[in-house]
Amino acid sequence: MCASKNSRTLKVDYMARVEGEGALLIKIKNGAVKEVKLNIFEPPRFFEAFLRGRKWTEAPDITARICGICPVAYQSSSISAMESIAGIRIDGPLRELRRLIYCGEWIESHVLHLAMLHAPDFLGYQDAIAMAKDYPAVVQDALRLKKLGNDIMKVLGGREIHPISMRVGGFYKVPEPSALQQLVPELEWGLEAAEGLARLVATFDFPEFTRDYTYVCMRHPGEYPLCEGRLVSNRGMDIALDAFYEHIEEEHMEHSTSLHSVIKGEGDYHVGPLARFNLNFDRLTPRCQALAEELGAAPPCNNPFKSIIVRAIETLWACEEALRLIQGYVMPDAPSLPAEPRAGRGHGCSEAPRGICYHTYVIDEEGIIQEARIAPPTAQNQRTMERDLRELVPGLLGLSNEELTWKCEQAVRNYDPCISCSCHFLRLEIDRDA
Amino acid sequence: MRKRGNKILVVGVGNDLRGDDGAGPAVIDALQPLDGLQAVCAKHDGDGASLMDLWQEFGNVILIDAVRSGQAPGTVHFINAAQQSLPSGWFHYSSHAFGVAEAVELARILGALPPTLHIIGVEGHDFSMGVPLSEAVEARMDYLCALVRRDMQCIRNGEAMRLERPCHA
Repeated sequence: MCASKNSRTLKVDYMARVEGEGALLIKIKNGAVKEVKLNIFEPPRFFEAFLRGRKWTEAPDITARICGICPVAYQSSSISAMESIAGIRIDGPLRELRRLIYCGEWIESHVLHLAMLHAPDFLGYQDAIAMAKDYPAVVQDALRLKKLGNDIMKVLGGREIHPISMRVGGFYKVPEPSALQQLVPELEWGLEAAEGLARLVATFDFPEFTRDYTYVCMRHPGEYPLCEGRLVSNRGMDIALDAFYEHIEEEHMEHSTSLHSVIKGEGDYHVGPLARFNLNFDRLTPRCQALAEELGAAPPCNNPFKSIIVRAIETLWACEEALRLIQGYVMPDAPSLPAEPRAGRGHGCSEAPRGICYHTYVIDEEGIIQEARIAPPTAQNQRTMERDLRELVPGLLGLSNEELTWKCEQAVRNYDPCISCSCHFLRLEIDRDA
Repeated sequence: MRKRGNKILVVGVGNDLRGDDGAGPAVIDALQPLDGLQAVCAKHDGDGASLMDLWQEFGNVILIDAVRSGQAPGTVHFINAAQQSLPSGWFHYSSHAFGVAEAVELARILGALPPTLHIIGVEGHDFSMGVPLSEAVEARMDYLCALVRRDMQCIRNGEAMRLERPCHA
């Protein structure tokens, strides 16, 4: 670590345990941010290569391995793409079961992030373990909520991580109604626990930082978005899924092996809870809407640090939605619809906990994958995270290097639990020129 | 919190597709059957929250995991977690920075640590994907199984078990 009076470089060489691997570099000179590079090496690129030549029905289970915390997102998006090629339309209980398992993923992912990874930033603790000494009930509730999300995934998917029940056309096996009913008492507890978390995080001290983001998310005619809908933005974009690459382009950056997504002619955009919340507030339940209003977090919410409140509200929503789906569940006649391949190109998208997860596939008449392309939410947010840091840092130059690094990490954690979990491996290097 | 039973949970933590990270699960495979030792064997991926849930029904837990402390591959460590903190850098979990060490320390703070929690760590050498156990770790498998069995007997008899020092291959 070295630094000068006028210049300093914050260099984080290795960020482990992300969707790939990454590094963070911030160069400051004469009070101005000269350079920000958030470099994430994305494993999905390798997946795209070795998906070629595999059967179309293998894509859900292969792509699920891209991420241990949001496998349902990858399964949902790949299944949606394949079903669009085969002309399969899932409805009724099968569709509702897909939403239910996705609710489980949202709950476990959101709670892990907001309570165990992000909350310590706001409360001034190094990690959740240190936080637990002073907030044991919060951590206990968070662990219990996370387990609730995992239990939903286990009941529907056979196991908590990388569930194995989802397939093109439906499920390999569907649960008995009684199995789902067993989740009800804990979900009813979860409503109160999630609301409690929202009330707690809303009391945090938030940096005065907002940006005029371009938000992109899915939008459904009648539901808060999960795995169906069009792609919309707050700048007037409203497109079908197959038009994604007409509007979005991915750029290679010299400092990164991942692709940076931008809207053609516009630039960076923001996906994830804040995008969903701002563009789909009218699709939330009355309870969630009222809570957001009460907490002073109703849209427009353009402070990325407040995404922690939105994640808590979305956790409440996921509990409510899961209860609704379970109460209305009728076991389908068959766990899946017939699925026969046909040659074509298909597009699928779903709302992973941290934003849209977009898949495109080309398969031949035998169902062999010829081409696969995946735009994970982390890559789509990468440029936005860099701009956040570029605009945030100038206002924080009075902080010590340690404090500034922490604040930058916190800003990154606004977006993605897989990146935020890398915080324990950050190494800082600061250069000062005379 | 659920009531803890008197059974012993023997849990092997790790990923058997990642070389020496599979040492814990390999011990579980080698241990069974347990010849009426009133124990439950389990393999686990190392997610801390899930581990805390798994062991909350057990009063006695023996956990086997690969570690990286910088000592010679195959070195065996024995930690009585009720008396000693775990070095967080020894244990690795792939996704979310919340693994064995974090689970133990968080459970300690929350008063959710099993009354008896013994950690048996074996120093790994190669954690590459798709490779088998390294020779150094493979050579310790019989010893690790014997150690677990001896520890189970000690727990049953109410005796303390300890290694005088890290046991080198």
